[in-house]
Amino acid sequence: MSSNISTEKSFLKSLWRTLRKPSVSFSLGALLMAGFFSGIIFWGGFNTAMEMTNTEEFCISCHEMEDNVFEEYQDTIHYANRTGVRATCPDCHVPKEWHYKVLRKIQASNELLHKALGSIDTREKFEAKRLQLAQNVWRAMKANDSRECRNCHDIDSMDFVEQGRRAIKQHSEALETGDTCIDCHQGIAHELPDMHSVDPTTVVGGN
Amino acid sequence: MKPKKYLIILAAIVGVTFALQSSAAELGSLRGPIDIDQDSKAPEIKKYPKDGEPIVRDYVQQPPLVPHAIDRYKINLKSNKCLGCHSWKNYRQNDATKISQTHFEDRDENVLANVSARRYFCTQCHVPQANAKPLVENEFKPITAISGE
Repeated sequence: MSSNISTEKSFLKSLWRTLRKPSVSFSLGALLMAGFFSGIIFWGGFNTAMEMTNTEEFCISCHEMEDNVFEEYQDTIHYANRTGVRATCPDCHVPKEWHYKVLRKIQASNELLHKALGSIDTREKFEAKRLQLAQNVWRAMKANDSRECRNCHDIDSMDFVEQGRRAIKQHSEALETGDTCIDCHQGIAHELPDMHSVDPTTVVGGN
Repeated sequence: MKPKKYLIILAAIVGVTFALQSSAAELGSLRGPIDIDQDSKAPEIKKYPKDGEPIVRDYVQQPPLVPHAIDRYKINLKSNKCLGCHSWKNYRQNDATKISQTHFEDRDENVLANVSARRYFCTQCHVPQANAKPLVENEFKPITAISGE
């Protein structure tokens, strides 16, 4: 064992020494070209791998997503509508800008942990945790001014005249008070959690 | 004498049954006069108006009609989409009609702090209106006290 460790150590040491010394046998051009192309491959590979986790197919490869949120989602306007233009999971749940996207992907490691722990592996467990999970998403969307909604829904391009009389009033007021999309549009893509603790006047038995 | 009497009654029953059957044959079903093995023509889908002014009642006890589309609104034990705007807490902010005070009473007329369970399922009484031709003729007119005419 001890000899193994010492050979490993001497290997690391010689590698470190080689890396610190100027190259003897390769031209600077060759080194630059090699670095450039391997950079393209590694960077491209990284982004391709990340984009593969950014598809609906990937999201619903877990039954937690497919049987709960995706099942409900198919009944909503963002999935089924007259024009067939639709949003997929990452359109709303993963930011488009690169650094926000990478931050979200790092956060997602917590979701992998809970997948392993089986925190919501039954409908009952999911329903029990639903309020907390929904509030996490609402809080994030409130904090970033519903950034993912606005990737498609641009308030400057909204023609209020084309909207219903309720929407005209609500949208022009929202502009003035600085409300964000999620303040009103909760539960539009998935079922609402038990709302007793959020607004008891909207639920039977609340007070 | 007796058996004859029974015979008359029996004949009467048979006669009435035949008469009913023939009148039933004249009645058109909603499906139309199409054989059972034929496809009937599907009626046109009626669209609810997206949004509109409140609809005036036609009689005093009428539950107000819903003047807007309510497609995909959920009413279940976890939440009630209607109350998101029409509850006493929310109606001002949303410029909506508030639910009636009667909705806070249980069946023993005890007044509750929140909407009563028996009034929770809004669409049992309050329904949206599509511009559809009535299936049967109706000449009902609201009383002057409501219509003002």
